[in-house]
Amino acid sequence: MAPRSIRTSNPDANGNPVIAVDHLTVNYRDTQALRNINLTVRPGRLVGIFGPNGAGKSTLMKAMLGLIPVVTGRVTYGDQDLAHQLDRVAYVPQRSQIDWTFPSTVWDVVMMGRVKKTGWLKRFSATSRQLAKEALDRVGMLEFKDRPIGALSGGQQQRVFLARALAQEANIFCFDEPFVGVDQKTEAVIFQIFHELANAGKIVLVVNHDLGESITNFNQIILLNKELIAAGPREWVLTRDNMTRAYGGHIGFFGHAA
Amino acid sequence: MNWFYEPLQFAFMQRSLAVAVMVGIICSVVGSYLMVQRLALLGDAISHSVLPGLALAFWLGANIFVGAFIAGVISTVLIAWIHRRSPIKEDAAMGIVFSAFFALGITLITTIQKDNKIDLNHFLFGNILGVTSGDVRDTAIIAALVLVAVVLFYKELLFYSFDPLGAQASGLPVGRLNLGLMVLIALTVVASMKVVGVILVLALLITPGATAYLLVPRLHQVMWLGSGIGVIASLSGMYLSYYFNLPSGPAIVLVASGFFALAFLLSPRHGVLTQRPRRSAQSLSSILSEEA
Ligand SMILES: Nc1ncnc2c1ncn2[C@@H]1O[C@H](COP(=O)(O)OP(=O)(O)OP(=O)(O)O)[C@@H](O)[C@H]1O
Ligand SMILES: [Mg+2]
Repeated sequence: MAPRSIRTSNPDANGNPVIAVDHLTVNYRDTQALRNINLTVRPGRLVGIFGPNGAGKSTLMKAMLGLIPVVTGRVTYGDQDLAHQLDRVAYVPQRSQIDWTFPSTVWDVVMMGRVKKTGWLKRFSATSRQLAKEALDRVGMLEFKDRPIGALSGGQQQRVFLARALAQEANIFCFDEPFVGVDQKTEAVIFQIFHELANAGKIVLVVNHDLGESITNFNQIILLNKELIAAGPREWVLTRDNMTRAYGGHIGFFGHAA
Repeated sequence: MNWFYEPLQFAFMQRSLAVAVMVGIICSVVGSYLMVQRLALLGDAISHSVLPGLALAFWLGANIFVGAFIAGVISTVLIAWIHRRSPIKEDAAMGIVFSAFFALGITLITTIQKDNKIDLNHFLFGNILGVTSGDVRDTAIIAALVLVAVVLFYKELLFYSFDPLGAQASGLPVGRLNLGLMVLIALTVVASMKVVGVILVLALLITPGATAYLLVPRLHQVMWLGSGIGVIASLSGMYLSYYFNLPSGPAIVLVASGFFALAFLLSPRHGVLTQRPRRSAQSLSSILSEEA
């Protein structure tokens, strides 16, 4: 089956802008990480990016935000490049990219979400502090606000980063592997917030690798292995054929035995 | 308190103590950024790289602070360029660039030494007792610039040094923040040369901040406490040097290292002696997982 392209840069039915990825190719020095990716990400649904290790999931997310150089292609949000509208974006990198021994507290990290909105040479406003408090409360971490980040569990660290993203008041939320080192209870809390964001009309893009039951949380799936295997509603994308092309060989995924 | 006032009657001691205090403060503040970004080696690279700039400025009769600053900035640009345009890793690029600059600097200084009355040792190990009132003024200007910049851009620099990708993705100009940080480091190194010389600057940049890092949990606290430690180390190093006729740069560094050793052993949160059971188990597992 040919990759199903659902690309279009028109706004969705409610007039909300979409992200359109157009002929995106990314290289790292001499290895090709992504080849000719075309897809559309719409607001109001929970979109998962899946694929095996090294498939280019993190690369796709970074390239969409203009954090790494691309060979060809364009990523737009509305009618402008997404990379020029980063003040609408909240991005949480993969946990392994963060130095957890850095001298800062939970509060310091959440307030980082307010830096860009606050602007140069200004101090944090009372509104910003209020937003940070609400965000911490929403992820259930308010009582930990003075803890050094190094003294948190993996799930607590992820929730702090989620709170930082919430404090950014973004329209576009990008999470790279937010469920690594997270237990089921925290996973449910995080999914709950993702659904709330999607229902509020935000774009929510999540890199994930768990093909188990949690995959049913995603409305839309982008299946990747250096090139786009398929993108669209979960039921369309999760076919045996697509999964074999993405993962190679036999792979078990929710709803199908291996 | 006589021992305290006695050295102060000499103008040269007043000047050198003033410079030592200012340098103790800015080194700890700027060095905290180097430490948390794991860029300690970059501090070493920049400090060795200023030497040819110093020599050329001296030879041309220009301000040696300016010459050293330009050389320091050129070296960081070169390091970044080699790192980006070839498969050479950053630490190797630093090693190549700083040793080349250092060698060039020594060659230049030995050459011009023949015609001018300058001493290579003063550049390598500092010459704080030879501080002029012009040096005091230049150091004060640099210290003010550095501290004002850190205060004004504190929140942006904190975000950038903790999570560069996240900061970039929120729309902060991380390239310019990084360049600004490099400029601050180069300025700090240049201001410290007279006090400890290019070889020992690294100790003043890293040791007070690292000591404070073992004691307090937030970056601005690390900077405050680090500055305090840096100032005390600078002052006591100078007094030790005065009374026991020790070389002043090494005396300052040794006091700072002594503070670090104390914190390393006795810190309530991270001390080796105070945290024995839990820490050792934890650090063993982190060593194992790092090797995996
Ligand atoms: N900075 C880099 N320099 C060179 N190659 C890189 C770099 N980052 C990633 N790659 C390569 O690009 C490919 C895609 O990497 P990417 O991190 O996007 O994969 P991923 O799908 O996120 O994998 P994972 O599930 O392990 O996080 C991999 O082959 C990887 O080795
Ligand atoms: Mg990844």
